[in-house]
Amino acid sequence: MIALVDGNNFYVSCEKVFNPALDGKPVVVLSNNDGCVISRSNEAKALGIKMGEPAFKRKEFMEQNNVTVFSSNYTLYGDLSNRMMKTLQNFSPNVEVYSIDEAFVSLEGITANTEDYAHKIKATIHKHIGIPVGVGVAETKTLSKIANKIAKKNNGVCVIDSETKKEWALRNTLIADVWGVGRQYAKKLNSIGIITAYDFTKLDSAWIRKNMSVVGLRTKEELLGTPCIAMEMNLQPKKNIATTRAFGKKLSDVNIISEAVSTHAVRCAEKLRRQKSRAQYITIFIHTDPFSQTEKYVYKSKTLTLAIASNNNSDLVKYAIHGLKELFEPKLLYKKVGVIVSGISDEMQVQGSLFEGMNDKKRDTVSIITDQLNFRFGKDVVKLAVQGNNPDWKLRQEKLSPHYTTRWNELLKVKA
Amino acid sequence: MSNIKPETTIKFINPATVNADYTAKLEGFVKAGFPSPANDYIEKELNFRELFLRNESATFFVEVSGSSMIDAGIYDGDILVVDKSLNPCHNSILVCYIDGEFTVKRVQKIDSALYLIPDNKKFKPIKIEEHSDLRLWGVVTFAIHKFR
Repeated sequence: MIALVDGNNFYVSCEKVFNPALDGKPVVVLSNNDGCVISRSNEAKALGIKMGEPAFKRKEFMEQNNVTVFSSNYTLYGDLSNRMMKTLQNFSPNVEVYSIDEAFVSLEGITANTEDYAHKIKATIHKHIGIPVGVGVAETKTLSKIANKIAKKNNGVCVIDSETKKEWALRNTLIADVWGVGRQYAKKLNSIGIITAYDFTKLDSAWIRKNMSVVGLRTKEELLGTPCIAMEMNLQPKKNIATTRAFGKKLSDVNIISEAVSTHAVRCAEKLRRQKSRAQYITIFIHTDPFSQTEKYVYKSKTLTLAIASNNNSDLVKYAIHGLKELFEPKLLYKKVGVIVSGISDEMQVQGSLFEGMNDKKRDTVSIITDQLNFRFGKDVVKLAVQGNNPDWKLRQEKLSPHYTTRWNELLKVKA
Repeated sequence: MSNIKPETTIKFINPATVNADYTAKLEGFVKAGFPSPANDYIEKELNFRELFLRNESATFFVEVSGSSMIDAGIYDGDILVVDKSLNPCHNSILVCYIDGEFTVKRVQKIDSALYLIPDNKKFKPIKIEEHSDLRLWGVVTFAIHKFR
C-alpha cells in the first residue's frame, strides 16, 4: 500500500503555526511580489477567493472581510516542509518527496493496521510540527491521490482497501481530477461520455493506447490497482532551472533591469552548483505588464549557447546581460524579467571548447567560496558589482512574516 | 636516507582517501615519524545539536521576554529550546498560546482546574477559565542564557 500525505492549505498552515490566533479566520498567502493568491485557509475559500486570483483585484474585498494577507515566506515554508518529510521517514524508509507539501510513503512491510497507521501519521505531523495533513492510502500512487482528496473532505484519513471502496471512490471522482490526466485529455474523454474515473476504467485499452499513448494506459492500470508508477527515491537533477520575478514597480531603465537579470543569473548558477551540474544554454525573457489597460503587451525572449557548459556566476551573468541588451527596447515599461538555464549536464562531464580555457579552477573556487559566505552570512552578502543595489526591481514583500526558524534575530517571542 | 630510524614508517596515502573522514585527515599530516598514539582513540567532537535536538524535526527555538520565570532559571532575552513532540507532565515548563499571546509558564492541575504557574514570587498563578482559549505549543527542554 502507498500513502499520499499532503499538507492542508500548506503555506497558510505554516503561518498559523506561529500565529494560532488566525485559526478559524480567512487567511491568504500571495505569490512572489505579492502578485496572486497561492494559498487560502478554508475560511478564505468560503468567501469565494479563488486560487491564482491577482491580489490587486481583490484588495478592497479582502480588507472589507478582514482577510489576513501574507507575502510568501518560502524560507519558512521550506523549513517546515523539511521537518514534515523527515518526520515521515520515521514511519517508512521509503518516502518520496513529491512537492513542498506532499510525499508518497510506501507502507510495504508495515504490519500495523493501515487505518490506525494513517491516523498516527496524521496526528504525529500535526503534533510535532503543527501542520494539519490529509492521508490517503491505496494500492497505487494514482489511487492514493484519489484517496487523499476524499480524506480531505472527511476526517483527514481515507484508506481504499477493498473492491467496494475502490469502486465507490472511482465513481465519485471526475476523470479531470485524476492524477496524470491533463485538461486536453479530460475534454476529449468528456466528449465521448467518459465523466468519472470509473467510466475510464471501463474504456477499451486499445482505444486508450491509440488516443492517449502508454501514459493513459498506465493510468487505467493504476486506477484498477496495479502499480505502474514506482517510488522514486533519488531526486533526479532538474532538466532546466528558472529564476524569474516581477519587478516591485514597472521599469524602463536598462541598467536597473541589468541588475535584476544578473541576480537571476547568479541564482540559477547557485542552483546548478547545488545539484552539481552545468548548463549549456541560457534563455532570457522580458515582458511588459499583461494586465495593463494603457500599454500594449510585449514579450520577448532570447536563447544563447554557452561556449562551454558552466555553473559559474560571472559566465552566466555575462551571457544574461548580453541577451538582455539584444532584447531591450527603450521606452517600454517592463514588468518582469527571467533567466532559464537548460542543456544541463553533470559537473564532471563537460566538453571543452577550442577557444575557451577548460580549467578555470580559480573562478570555480570563487563561486564556491561566494556560496559558502552567502549561506553563512545571508543572501547576496558577497555578489558581483553588476547585481547592483537598486531597490526598484527587488521583490515586493509587504506582508512578510518573520523567518522564525532560520534567523536568530527573528525568533518567535514568548512572554515570561 | 641513513638518518631514518628503523621504526619510522612512511605511509602512502591515496589522495582520494585524504579528507574522507577525520582520521584520514590526521593521518595525512603524518608524512614520516612516529604516528600519533591518539589516532586509535579519536571520537567524534562534541556537538551542541546532539545535546539540544533530541527530536530535531520537532524542535524550535524561541526568545523570552519578561521576568516571570527567573526562579526556574529563565531570564529576559534567553533562548528556549522547545520540543513539540513531548507530552507535558505535571509541573512541566511549557510554551502556551493563551488569549492572543505566547507565554512560558509551568502548568499544574490543582483540583481538576488548570493553572499557569509563574516561577517568580512577584507574579500570581493564572487560573485557566473554561472560556479561555489555551493551546499547548511545546515543552521547554533547555534555556540558553548568555553571560557576556
